[in-house]
Amino acid sequence: MTDRRSFLRMAIMGTASLIVAGCDRISQSSWGPKVLDKAEGLNRRVQALLAPSSAMAKEYTEADISSIFHPNGTTMPGTPAYQALLANQFRDYKLQVDGMVSRPALLSIDDLKKIDTRTQITRHDCVEGWSAIGKWQGTLLSAVLDHVGADPQACFVVFHCFDDMDVNTPYYESVDIGEARHPQTLLAFALNDKPLPVPNGAPLRLRVGRQLGYKQAKYLSRIEVVKSFNAIGGGKGGYWEDQGYEWYAGI
Amino acid sequence: MRLVYRHTLPIRIMHWINVIALSLMLFSGLQIFNAHPSLYWGNRSDKGKELLTLGAHRDSAGNLVGTTRIGGHEFTTTGVLGVSKGSDGTPEVRGFPSWLTVPGPGWLAMGRRWHFFFAWVFVLNGLCYVGYSLARRHLQRDLWPTRGDWRGIGHSMLEHIRFRHPHGEDALRYNILQRLAYLTVIFVFGVGIVLMGLAMSPRMDAVLSPLVEAVGGRQSARTIHFIIAWAFVAFVLIHVFEVLISGVFNQLRGMITGYYKVDTGGADPGGTDAAKPDETISAEECSHD
Repeated sequence: MTDRRSFLRMAIMGTASLIVAGCDRISQSSWGPKVLDKAEGLNRRVQALLAPSSAMAKEYTEADISSIFHPNGTTMPGTPAYQALLANQFRDYKLQVDGMVSRPALLSIDDLKKIDTRTQITRHDCVEGWSAIGKWQGTLLSAVLDHVGADPQACFVVFHCFDDMDVNTPYYESVDIGEARHPQTLLAFALNDKPLPVPNGAPLRLRVGRQLGYKQAKYLSRIEVVKSFNAIGGGKGGYWEDQGYEWYAGI
Repeated sequence: MRLVYRHTLPIRIMHWINVIALSLMLFSGLQIFNAHPSLYWGNRSDKGKELLTLGAHRDSAGNLVGTTRIGGHEFTTTGVLGVSKGSDGTPEVRGFPSWLTVPGPGWLAMGRRWHFFFAWVFVLNGLCYVGYSLARRHLQRDLWPTRGDWRGIGHSMLEHIRFRHPHGEDALRYNILQRLAYLTVIFVFGVGIVLMGLAMSPRMDAVLSPLVEAVGGRQSARTIHFIIAWAFVAFVLIHVFEVLISGVFNQLRGMITGYYKVDTGGADPGGTDAAKPDETISAEECSHD
């Protein structure tokens, strides 16, 4: 009986190992990931069809807010530029907005507060699987785009960040114009009625209501309106995208 | 002895596509789970509120100990759950072991690619199956229980408990437990796992939030998705067990070539006599369980 059981166990583990090893070879091949990637375009198109661009993410109540909003990734950018701003409580902070815009601008947090703002209690879903709920207050990105006169021909908005993920590899992200102009897409300066804490991205971070956590770039230094992000970073539209994660983070 | 054409070609193809898709969904799903090996109920992942956690710590000698915590109970599961050998043979902290995940090493981005690719294969294959089975009346005729089936449920249960299976012509017909099992797997597990998967998608939640809230929240959806995945595994184990004890070669031939041997009981001097597909008795596709 023990023999049969250990034989069975070996058979199951052996078969599983063979499948896993085969899949690993496909994952490391040049063609495998390209075939698997076909699903990403399909997900993006079908989800856009099923959940139209105007559809709103659910907003929660004060009672639903997480007692601790778990900060992930960088929690204290070490770059000199950021440290200098932090030393002065971000009083000298200015968000640079440029690219395909008619009026490039340098905007302080106070400037941003004078443009259309919004408060929303939304859920943050990490690609790892966990969720947290926070109350965000920020400026509508669409209002900022109008403020600087974004070119209607532009396709993407790229977010450059202060934190280095590796030597000279700053975090960055991008969303398309449709997502950028969604009413729940904010440049958030407050979390749970307090100025954004450093671990959560002070002084300014992106909030996109309907995409995973890695899209919600923290420590924003510059916003660039572009036609294509091919020449930025690794060319995939974001730090994690350059590491192999999907650009479309709606699933 | 008589060979009966039991499973049509589309059913056979869809069956084996489903085997591949489900296996890869499970393996890549466990890779994704390993990125945050805890389950919760509700909308938030609050620390201390885990329903299940595959964790790790070091013992006094400095060795890695894998643990599985369910509710308030903690079990040591070193070697399989929490801590198991990585590709270089040394113990590493990981929820499920590398021989159960695609890819083997921790690689969330690639696991997601496998998962979402085969999710499409699974869904499209499933829709084709339901469409075909409705059109060919396979669902109505072979899966939907008849009044007679319901009356025989007690008898069927007893027979299953005794591991006795119908022989001869009776074996060509799904019994009530098979019908209920297949209907549950297709319409409860299949539909449920896809809906719970979609309920985890932040973009889909813009339209699916009533469903998400109905099951308790996004983390509840993730937990149910996980439970249904293991319910599929339980079904497959029972299914394979039944195949093994009810004539494994005949059953496999049935699902590969379509032809299933029926023991007619009496003398059969003519040897095997394959019925043509169109002459088949009532059910053209039947059980392979």
